[in-house]
Amino acid sequence: MSFVNLAFLVPLFPLIGSIINGFFGLKIGKDRVSWVACAGPVLSFVVTLILLVSIFFHPEGTPYPEQSLFTWISAGDFVVDFGLQIDPLSLVMMMVVTGVGSIIHIYSIGYMYKEYSYYRYFAYLNLFLFSMLLLVMGNNFLVMFIGWEGVGLCSYFLIGYYFEKKSACDAGVKAFIVNRIGDFAFLLAIFGIFKMFGTLDFSTVMAAAPTTLIYDSEAATLITLALFIGATGKSAQIPLYTWLPDAMEGPTPVSALIHAATMVTAGVYMVVRCSALFNMAPLTMMIIALVGGGTALFAATIGTCQYDIKRVLAYSTISQIGYMFLACGVGAYTAAIFHLVTHAFFKACLFLGAGSIIHGMNNEQDIRKMGGLKDHFPITYVTFVISTIAIAGIFPFSGFFSKDEILYHALMDGNVIYWGMGISGAFITAFYMFRLVFMTFHGPSHVDPQVHPHESPMAMTLPLIILAFLALIGGLLGIPLFHGWHLLHNFLAPVLAFDLETALHASERMLAEHGHHTSFAEVLHQAQRTSHNIWLEITLMLFSIGVALAGIATAWFFYIKKPELPGKLSKGQWGFDLVQNKYYIDELIDEAIVKPIVKGSDLLWRQADARGVDGVVNGVAQTISLFSKIARSFQSGFVRNYAMFMVVGFIILLILI
Amino acid sequence: MVPLTHYLILSATLFSIGVLGVLVRRNAIVVFMCIEIMLNAVNITLIAFDRYLNQHDGQIFSFMVICVAGAEVSVGLAIVIALFRNKPTVNLDELNLMKW
Repeated sequence: MSFVNLAFLVPLFPLIGSIINGFFGLKIGKDRVSWVACAGPVLSFVVTLILLVSIFFHPEGTPYPEQSLFTWISAGDFVVDFGLQIDPLSLVMMMVVTGVGSIIHIYSIGYMYKEYSYYRYFAYLNLFLFSMLLLVMGNNFLVMFIGWEGVGLCSYFLIGYYFEKKSACDAGVKAFIVNRIGDFAFLLAIFGIFKMFGTLDFSTVMAAAPTTLIYDSEAATLITLALFIGATGKSAQIPLYTWLPDAMEGPTPVSALIHAATMVTAGVYMVVRCSALFNMAPLTMMIIALVGGGTALFAATIGTCQYDIKRVLAYSTISQIGYMFLACGVGAYTAAIFHLVTHAFFKACLFLGAGSIIHGMNNEQDIRKMGGLKDHFPITYVTFVISTIAIAGIFPFSGFFSKDEILYHALMDGNVIYWGMGISGAFITAFYMFRLVFMTFHGPSHVDPQVHPHESPMAMTLPLIILAFLALIGGLLGIPLFHGWHLLHNFLAPVLAFDLETALHASERMLAEHGHHTSFAEVLHQAQRTSHNIWLEITLMLFSIGVALAGIATAWFFYIKKPELPGKLSKGQWGFDLVQNKYYIDELIDEAIVKPIVKGSDLLWRQADARGVDGVVNGVAQTISLFSKIARSFQSGFVRNYAMFMVVGFIILLILI
Repeated sequence: MVPLTHYLILSATLFSIGVLGVLVRRNAIVVFMCIEIMLNAVNITLIAFDRYLNQHDGQIFSFMVICVAGAEVSVGLAIVIALFRNKPTVNLDELNLMKW
């Protein structure tokens, strides 16, 4: 028996958990709900481990196994199987989703225990895991799309979990609608792919991409651009990022799982999965790199001026995903996935740490009302600081390896502008993350005297410790450090290198046949020539560590050495106002898009619908009733009238005859 | 011998009286009687033609009419009585419930 046949169990366990908790959760009591809820992801994790081990024995050079569960749609030429695929890329994602997912489920037991609708929370959370696993395991675009929509739906459910709060409901709706915009583009891309390739299977499409699509053609650019717009919606990139900070209305473990570790990275996964397509569209690649780098820098600046602990982390998430897209944009797909993994560890740890503080402070989220908490939260403090160092990119924490790799590729495979955006983003990241640490844990206490901060229970601190440990050592996936030579890269190589090689050949052939100008081939050659310059690499590493340390030092200076300075400097500065109000982007969108739509809808409702459509319907009814009024005057109820009509009618008949 | 025309004029006169009675009278019983007059006017016509043409179909047909008239009277009077039980009147203008 091949172990691959177990693949269907991975999404099945959370689905069962979701069904049991969703339908019977209230009856079986909280303890059993916890067991059912955590069993799903943990069992999935175990199966994923088995699959991971089995993939190491996979014979090289043969296609990776796929499991087709049933034929889902069969309409003429259009056949879609409900299939799952197990290859290194999906396995990495499955490990992250089930691993981090399990940890966060356990954490949630402690965090959510006082909630009345505990079961509802876990039903949604399990459903989310199911959808996310479908997303990463699907072997064709349509299965991925179900997962894609499923995670969006669960995200909406969980953001609006506290539905009695208006702001939470609004945030859920906002997330859903903004995601829909991206989903629409994704759907268009799927149509385009079907039109070009006649199938939606990843393996077929990716293998055919270099030959079917013409390098730098309109079709390639449009399809990949639509895919990327889909990714920006899900992964909160410019211009569709505004929903993510608002999504912090949801419970904190949800923010950790969905809005930091897994769902928001789905866009990155999708781009990497479709790398063969993106390789054919240099224009799209440039846009991705610019959007990614721009978002990394832009969101980081907003993060410097936020006071809500979760919002700082939310902007940090947007910024870090920007780095992943920057990596995708310069073709460093492995680096993107590497950063995705390490980010999942340290950002989940940061969010759970924030949750631990919020839990111990009676739902206080404003860091101005914290300070000096390190004695009250010893475990949370240590884990939080480890993750913060990781995100800032200090050797040897995990974030260093992945971020440095991205910056290296941005410079080597991209250009100085990309690198500049990345490195300035890294400086700001180090600054605002340590600002967060210093304002929360150090300095004088600003805690409300009625609040008694206390460390969280074991169910919450244990996940923190595990995640902090992973954040610490996660970078080992990237040993031994230098380009093209690390574990993850070698592991993913069969999925990605194949694409690159074929694309290269195709574009070279194109060049020979048509005399096209293809910069892609040149760029690749150039990249290969320059990629072995180890000294440059080391210099860059030292430089980025230096930048991170400078960021930390700045934060230390502003928030430990001279805590009164930020207030003084920022007073009356229009620039500060601009950043603190998130560049007024929300207001701008509200004015430019939301209000006109609301006004237009209002017009349609009152004029077109109430007057136009209803007018026609009511008009028909009124006309009929008018005729009836005339007709019914004949039926007077007087017998003699009827007799009269008979006689008159008869006489008329006689005359006529 | 009385010529056919006389019979027909008598019959037409009776019929017209009946029609007018149905149209102008308000008493249900009187309206009934007028209908009977109309039927009998028709009977006269039938018998007259029977005699004139020297055939016997008309007589048989008039028996038929008399039978139907008798049945009609019994049903009609029963309706009038039933109406009277609901509303103590035989004035047709007051019996105008059957309208929209």
